[in-house]
Order: sequence, then C-alpha cells, then structure tokens
Amino acid sequence: MSDIANRLEQPQKSSRSYLSIAVWVIVLGLLAVLGWGLVNSTAPRPEVGEMAPKFNLEFFDGYEWEGKTAASLEDMKGQIVVMNFWASWCVECRVETDELEAAWQKYQDQGVVFVGVAYSDVEPNSIAYMEEFDVTFPHAPDLGTRISHDYEITGVPETFIIDQTGEIAYVQIGPISGSTLDQIIGQLLADGG
Amino acid sequence: MPELRSKQIRVRRLAAALFVLLGFLLLALPALAQDVPVTDDEVNAVAKDLFCPVCESTPLDVCPTQACADWRELIRQQLSEGSTPEEVQAYFARQYGDGVLANPPKSGFTLILWALPVVAVIVGGVFFTRYVRTLRTSAAEVDEEFEEDVVETAVPIPAKLIAPDDYKSRLEEELRNR
Repeated sequence: MSDIANRLEQPQKSSRSYLSIAVWVIVLGLLAVLGWGLVNSTAPRPEVGEMAPKFNLEFFDGYEWEGKTAASLEDMKGQIVVMNFWASWCVECRVETDELEAAWQKYQDQGVVFVGVAYSDVEPNSIAYMEEFDVTFPHAPDLGTRISHDYEITGVPETFIIDQTGEIAYVQIGPISGSTLDQIIGQLLADGG
Repeated sequence: MPELRSKQIRVRRLAAALFVLLGFLLLALPALAQDVPVTDDEVNAVAKDLFCPVCESTPLDVCPTQACADWRELIRQQLSEGSTPEEVQAYFARQYGDGVLANPPKSGFTLILWALPVVAVIVGGVFFTRYVRTLRTSAAEVDEEFEEDVVETAVPIPAKLIAPDDYKSRLEEELRNR
C-alpha cells in the first residue's frame, strides 16, 4: 500500500521541483537584468586615456560643422575635438563662452574642432545665448540627453578634449580657461596624435 | 443684355472678394491659435508629470531652478499653439530622453522595473503558500505520531486516582439535600 502511495506521489514531487526551478530561474534572471541595468546607469565617467564614447550630433541651424547638418565622432577622427557641455540657464557657462570662441578662432584651421553641446536646454534660449556671445563654432542640442549620459557629466559646464586618435586627453569640470585650452591643444598638436 | 453682363461681373467680383477674405482667415488661424491663453494650472498639470533636468527626482511644477522655469515656459508655448498634454510630454521625451517622464513608457528595461514587484508578489505568494502547507503537514504528522504514541503507551488510570469532580459532587449533594 505504501509503495503504491509513494509511486503516486513521485510525479507530483518532480513537477513541483520543476516549478520551483522555473520560478528560481525567472527570479534570478530578472535580478540579473535589473543589476545589469543599474550597473549601466551608474557607469563611471570616461577617464583620460580611455576611448571617447561615440556620439552623433544634429547641429542647430546656422551652427553646422563644415556645412554638415549632422556629424559623428567618427567623422571628426584625425582632428582634436573640444566638446563643451553647456546650457543657456547655466551661470558658470557665461564665464567660459568667450574663451572658447577665442580659442576656436585661433585653432579652427589647425585641425581642431570645437563642438558645443546644449544640455537640457530650450532651443530658442540656446540660439539667443549663442547670438548674445557671438558664438560661431558648431553647436548641437543633446537630443535625448544621450551624449551627456554616455559621458556621465555631473553638471554644466564640462569640457572633454579628445585627441586625434579618439582618446580622451583632458576633462575639465567647471569653466575652462583660455590658458588651459592653449596648453592642452598646443601639447596635442605638438604630439601630432 | 448689358445689364446681365454687369450683374455677372458683380457676382464674380463678390466671389473673388469672398475668396480673398477666406484666404486671410486661413492665414490668420495659426496666429489666433497662438493667442489662446494658458493658465499656470494648465502648465503645472503637464509639468507635474515631468522631472527637472538638473535636480534629481524633483517634479517640474515645483522646481525653482531657471532650467525648469524655461521648460515650463516651453510647455506654455506648446499648449498655446494647440498641442495636447500628451504631445507635449512626447516632445520632452524625444528631446530630453525618457528620464524626464514621471511615468516612463513600459518598455525595455523600464518594463522589468514595472514587472518586478508583480513577479515578487507572485513568487512570494507561492513560497508563502508552500511554507504554510509544509507547516500544516508537519503539524498533522506530529499530531498523528502523538496520537499513535498515546494509544501505544496508554496505561489505564485507576479510578481511585482520578480526582473527584468538585463541582459535580457539590451539585449532587445539594440535590440530595432538597
């Protein structure tokens, strides 16, 4: 009698254990994906010496790069890229804008690209800001805040200088000065990438 | 005959004037739409479902920063141009990313965040039910074993060792005395 009962119980037990395994697999899978997402969302800032994260820009009208309405980091390879994150509502940005424009005027014919990336800004305000400072170097909005996310900026202004090979050569948190730009760009031009 | 001709000309002129007037009205429509006044409450109703881009987890309607003031003005402008609140939110998501939405769309990684509490409740329920069943089974087994032990080891107690029921004896005595 007990043998028959044991035989009847066995399939039930095995189906229960399969269910248990399935439940654990689902739970662990979800936790793994959640962990992966959290790790990605808190990725460290790209450091000096690391390859710069790729980006695509759709420039503001009148602020294109070499006549192109859109460009990527790949398109700028072989040139020094000075990427400045800013916003029209940012008070500190006002300190550096003239210095950036002056440096752009100085280096634009020496294989140096200056790119302004407007972070979480309203387009008419961005345009008004650029007109106020007579800015002429290429500018683009940070659509979907994807670039600022990839570069893990902590605020504005922040400036990343990328060398001719695509490596990050310098990171400036806060306003950048003309002398710093001269020093870093001069060094990179001397090294030749 | 000349009268009929002049009448035809007048009708044509009137029709042309009406066309010109209609054309002006059509051109003026967007300008009229821009004049629709939008109240702060209407702006805040949209802004409360958006997050400030600068201060983390601060709703746009209560954030005092300049960036949020600019965004609220943008909402006002879009509403005055005839955009619906949903269209305004879609514009902000496209322009600044899903991170600005208080209720991000249930897709991709966000879907997992939405699903996880539900899955946790279901899995928790399954484990709790199984745990309760285990407790019941083990309690029943203990009861069975105890009863078996009691039956096997039971020794009849002599009648003289059983304490007399005090209440019962007093009741019987009272009945006898009546």
